[in-house]
Amino acid sequence: MLRLDCLRTIYADLENCLVVTIMGAVAAELQSLGHRPNFFYLQHAMGLASSTGLGLALCLPEQRVIVFDGDGSLLMNLGSLSTMARYRPRKLVHVVFDNESLLSVGGFPTATSTGTDLEGIARAAGIPRVSTVKSVEDFKAAVTDAMRGTELTTIIAKVEAKGPAAFVTDLSLLENRFQFRRHIQSLQNS
Amino acid sequence: MPVSLRNSKLIYEALKECDIRLLSALPETWLVHLIRSAEDDPEMVLVRLAKEEEGVGISAGAHLAGVKSAMLMQNHGFLASINGIVSFAHLYKIPLLMLISYRGSFGERDPWQTQGGNVTEPLLRALGIPYSFLDAVETVKKRIRQAQTLAESSLQPVALLLTRDLMWEE
Repeated sequence: MLRLDCLRTIYADLENCLVVTIMGAVAAELQSLGHRPNFFYLQHAMGLASSTGLGLALCLPEQRVIVFDGDGSLLMNLGSLSTMARYRPRKLVHVVFDNESLLSVGGFPTATSTGTDLEGIARAAGIPRVSTVKSVEDFKAAVTDAMRGTELTTIIAKVEAKGPAAFVTDLSLLENRFQFRRHIQSLQNS
Repeated sequence: MPVSLRNSKLIYEALKECDIRLLSALPETWLVHLIRSAEDDPEMVLVRLAKEEEGVGISAGAHLAGVKSAMLMQNHGFLASINGIVSFAHLYKIPLLMLISYRGSFGERDPWQTQGGNVTEPLLRALGIPYSFLDAVETVKKRIRQAQTLAESSLQPVALLLTRDLMWEE
């Protein structure tokens, strides 16, 4: 399963969500499908995408928030699972693309390649709904289901360690950040 | 407990007057009354963290959502948050109001706090983070207001060091 195919299959459903991604391949691939003002790419600060999604979800409980995390990033901030589980915002969906690798920095294997089980960790942390998916069809079904649901959900998506040739896009970090905030303001004013 | 209840309440009231609606916190002795005030306040979203760096992401999310927030932490929690501060708050121009208990400074009896006390101000300066002190009852409200105003206008982290003189009653 390729991450890009996963993103493509749910791209249309992201229109009315607030989307937060981690750095590197995930950000570049989502942008390659077409940037939207409701997408925020956290291009550094590894581990904090899930915390950012939690902050958004706690402050905007009526908004659907979806985080695209990665195994390397989540392993840097496993405590975030316990904090998310503690407050369990009902409309937060946490997707973890697990390619068992730190792809953006040369493909070094992470601990999920030697048996660390992120689904098990998420479940034991208290995330109410957790699943692992290995096909694009199952990915689409799991995300669609989570986005219709009313419980904090973590989906581990096992993907190949393949990504785009380049990670830098022509969207500046600050342009993205200010555009994203303006987008949220426009939702509040409408 | 000799942590000043009165001065903790003063700080909490000042945060409320600045429209702070979300507080992230990791408990330490000096912060107990502040955290309890947040717990008892239905208008405040209190986020108890596993590690302080999470608070940078949560406050950034709150800012992007249009909500004013503050972070309560010990100076060792500030040390644990530095990558988040640099590669999120600084990189993306996110305002952070950080209330940091200044352990390990003059009067500290716990040996384990002392090394962190030595490096707190040098690190704030090295990171270019504007900071001031909460050290006297008369200036608490004004300083908190000023710190928050600067964080919001400059879109950057600003720190207030909670001192023994204000927080501790011996």
